[in-house]
Amino acid sequence: MPATPKSLRTRASVAADLSRLLPNCHLLADEESLRPYECDALSAYRRLPLVVVLPETLGEVRTVARYCRDKGVPLVARGAGTGLSGGALPIEDGILCSLAKFDRILHIDPANRSATVQPGVRNLAVSEAVSHLGLYYAPDPSSQIACTIGGNVAENSGGLHCLKYGLTVHNILKLKIVTIEGELVTIGGDALDSPGYDFLALLTGSEGLLGIIVEVTVKLLPIPESAKLIMASFDDTGSAGHAVGDLVAAGIIPGGLEMMDNAVIRATEDFVHAGYDTDAAAILLCELDGTPEEVTDDIARVKEVLEQSGCTGMQVAKDEAQRQQFWSGRKAAFPAIGAMSPDYYCMDGTIPRRKLGEVLGRMAEMSRRYGLRVVNVFHAGDGNLHPLILYDANRPGELERTEALGADILQLCVDVGGTITGEHGVGIEKIDQMCVQFDSMALSQFHAVKEAFDPVRLLNPDKAIPTLRRCSEFGGMHVQRGELKFPELERF
Amino acid sequence: MHPRSECCNINDGLLVSEFVQQSCEAIKKAGEARAPLRIQGGGTKSFYGRRIQGEPLETGSHAGIVDYEPSELVITARAGTPLAALEAKLAKFGQMLPFEPPYFGGAATIGGTVASGLSGPRRPYAGAVRDLVLGCKLINGFGEHLTFGGQVMKNVAGYDISRLMVGALGTLGVITEVSMKVVPRPVASATLAFEYTQREAIEAMNRWAGQPLPLSATCHDGDRLYLRLSGTRAGVQSAADELGGESVSDDDFWARVRDHRHPFLRTAPALWRLSVPPATEPLDTPGSTFIEWNGGLRWVATDAPARVVRECVDGTGGHAIWFRGHDGKDVFHPLDREKLALHRNVKRAFDPVGILNPGRLYAEI
Ligand SMILES: Cc1cc2nc3c(=O)[nH]c(=O)nc-3n(C[C@H](O)[C@H](O)[C@H](O)COP(=O)(O)OP(=O)(O)OC[C@H]3O[C@@H](n4cnc5c(N)ncnc54)[C@H](O)[C@@H]3O)c2cc1C
Repeated sequence: MPATPKSLRTRASVAADLSRLLPNCHLLADEESLRPYECDALSAYRRLPLVVVLPETLGEVRTVARYCRDKGVPLVARGAGTGLSGGALPIEDGILCSLAKFDRILHIDPANRSATVQPGVRNLAVSEAVSHLGLYYAPDPSSQIACTIGGNVAENSGGLHCLKYGLTVHNILKLKIVTIEGELVTIGGDALDSPGYDFLALLTGSEGLLGIIVEVTVKLLPIPESAKLIMASFDDTGSAGHAVGDLVAAGIIPGGLEMMDNAVIRATEDFVHAGYDTDAAAILLCELDGTPEEVTDDIARVKEVLEQSGCTGMQVAKDEAQRQQFWSGRKAAFPAIGAMSPDYYCMDGTIPRRKLGEVLGRMAEMSRRYGLRVVNVFHAGDGNLHPLILYDANRPGELERTEALGADILQLCVDVGGTITGEHGVGIEKIDQMCVQFDSMALSQFHAVKEAFDPVRLLNPDKAIPTLRRCSEFGGMHVQRGELKFPELERF
Repeated sequence: MHPRSECCNINDGLLVSEFVQQSCEAIKKAGEARAPLRIQGGGTKSFYGRRIQGEPLETGSHAGIVDYEPSELVITARAGTPLAALEAKLAKFGQMLPFEPPYFGGAATIGGTVASGLSGPRRPYAGAVRDLVLGCKLINGFGEHLTFGGQVMKNVAGYDISRLMVGALGTLGVITEVSMKVVPRPVASATLAFEYTQREAIEAMNRWAGQPLPLSATCHDGDRLYLRLSGTRAGVQSAADELGGESVSDDDFWARVRDHRHPFLRTAPALWRLSVPPATEPLDTPGSTFIEWNGGLRWVATDAPARVVRECVDGTGGHAIWFRGHDGKDVFHPLDREKLALHRNVKRAFDPVGILNPGRLYAEI
């Protein structure tokens, strides 16, 4: 990975320009201060930007955008940098704009159950600020203590409870964005719908390619009165996978439905002593929430279905403390795996639930073939897999083999009717797999949408949507089912 | 769990591509001739939106459920599939479209439902059409048939074009197929009524919406607040006991509200749809008001000039649509300069010549 910018003078001149235009704005331009911004949570990719700006006012963000537009400088937005697909990876000859100082909760509206916050506010801070009102913000990514609302919107993040309560796109009302032209545009509104095109949906998950998000109004929900968690054990992962489909088919929508395989169960048990069944091949954590009466009804039905689905043991958390303890293992799963292997690579494909058993089996096969361990902890209720490939970057060739295995896993997800990313985004990481998922016409349509918002193509360029040229090169290497993916490329 | 053949009727594959092929051709030709097309499903919502001219492009023949796997909570259907057929299929497997789509006539299609983006009484509690759309196929103004999204619950690959189609009234593409999330039907429901003024009703609906109650619909007809609870039997029963009120045993009540067969909504010669933050105080609108969605949706029956009605939502953060009895032009709330510029750009990205329902949403797009 090249780490030095094209020319130091460029860095100096951009820094000089910006300090003149924004005398009060925090600016970082020496290598040492830039270092913490060289990557997001996908640390295999690292680059230093020319400079990092940390604006505090709308006016400053608008000035940065206009400066980039006028000088043709790429602009990458960054929240907390917890992204797992390299979305906030800097561009070497570009500016990285951190929204970390946009960290105020602007307005809480209990009557309308909404809160307006700046994009740098941490996800969990929103729920914390409104809990005294009996309200919370539903999307709860495992990274919620660190990740920002702006990053959540840019990635359309999910969480442990999105099967029932939805993703970010379902839980926001309004955005303010700054375009590359430096215009401030309001998207969505304070009511449940707004006039014109659904730009709120378009901006959600747009990975910083369409505009800089400078304000977000989120919906708040009443905290469920009661929540109960069942831990169910299975002696093979396939039947745990089937049990997920059986629950849903029986008309039950759990608040959360997570699965872990034996390797993850053991790792987390060593790490936080969550009280898991370490002999099980897989466990499901199934949470039911609602009024106490609803939860009682649902628990009875879930038990019945799980028994019929071949569950070998079941434990309902006996009190709130044990419920939290069961969840603590799931929430600590990634760090626990981090302690188990020098490096791991987290995938994010989503598949139809009925394919869970089959896909888990085929991944185990691939794991053997590549000689790399793959462990699983994921949002089973949504069919959103997070296979973690364990590797050691210090062993020559292992990172490359890991990436190749990752690509095979994503191909498998697409082949069974799924997608290459459920919630972590494409970023730089899965850009080639976009060529597997979309044909050239759809990709061209994406580029046209990008240009509608960013005609100069300076916002997070070369992320999320591959160029057709890139796909044709990638397609050349990956001939699928005997045919090239982009035979029609001459047209463009 | 359920074999595929049991729950789906897959039409002849040849017919499918024929419709799509012909439509692609028609769109390409229209583009060359710069001759606008008017896209039409069942025609039940032709009253909705600005009046436009154009050669009709009918989607009604492109019907049929393509894929339905109850355990996946997803149904995929061609755009011309009658809403009634689709909902009947779901009901057979104990499921439903959560947003309770309005019919406004028996011929409503799923494509038209998605394109118009209108949701029914359950919307604030279970999501809007746009919340449930998982994927779609569409033909853009270049005559290209494109696939976006998919049949899985979570998908962040590429921009969310499927949701962008919702409410675009066909101005960005001809929808040919949609995949939607469905949910299990609640086991039990109950409707309660309270003698409340408008102000009392708005206050009560929002107080209850802030509590963990199994609400699934609310409305106020001027004199009475109606409220529906849905969920498990014990859950509904305990909430009903807690809230009190008078029990209403009229199974068709919410369908009449949904489809505008309710006397207030049916008889109004000119009807406005005001969408505002739910707890907004009673608005100083001319005419009479019917409220849904915890106060977030206010139907106003009035023949006052558009300007007067629109001024009533100024400062609320909401907007007003001239729903029925309009002048064919001033239907949707005006957009500000920056927003309109983005609308123009996005329209151009999908339909550069401007042949897909031009003017149906706004004159400029
Ligand atoms: C341990 C761990 C667990 C995780 N668990 C989950 C999970 O359960 N569910 C899930 O969905 N994700 C999860 N993630 C991924 C990550 O936390 C989310 O993607 C999160 O939303 C990123 O937020 P951030 O503030 O860190 O954004 P960043 O990483 O800083 O940025 C992410 C993307 O958003 C863009 N962006 C950021 N801010 C703005 C803005 N203001 N305007 C425009 N664009 C912007 C960036 O350019 C980049 O493309 C996890 C990550 C880790 C490390």
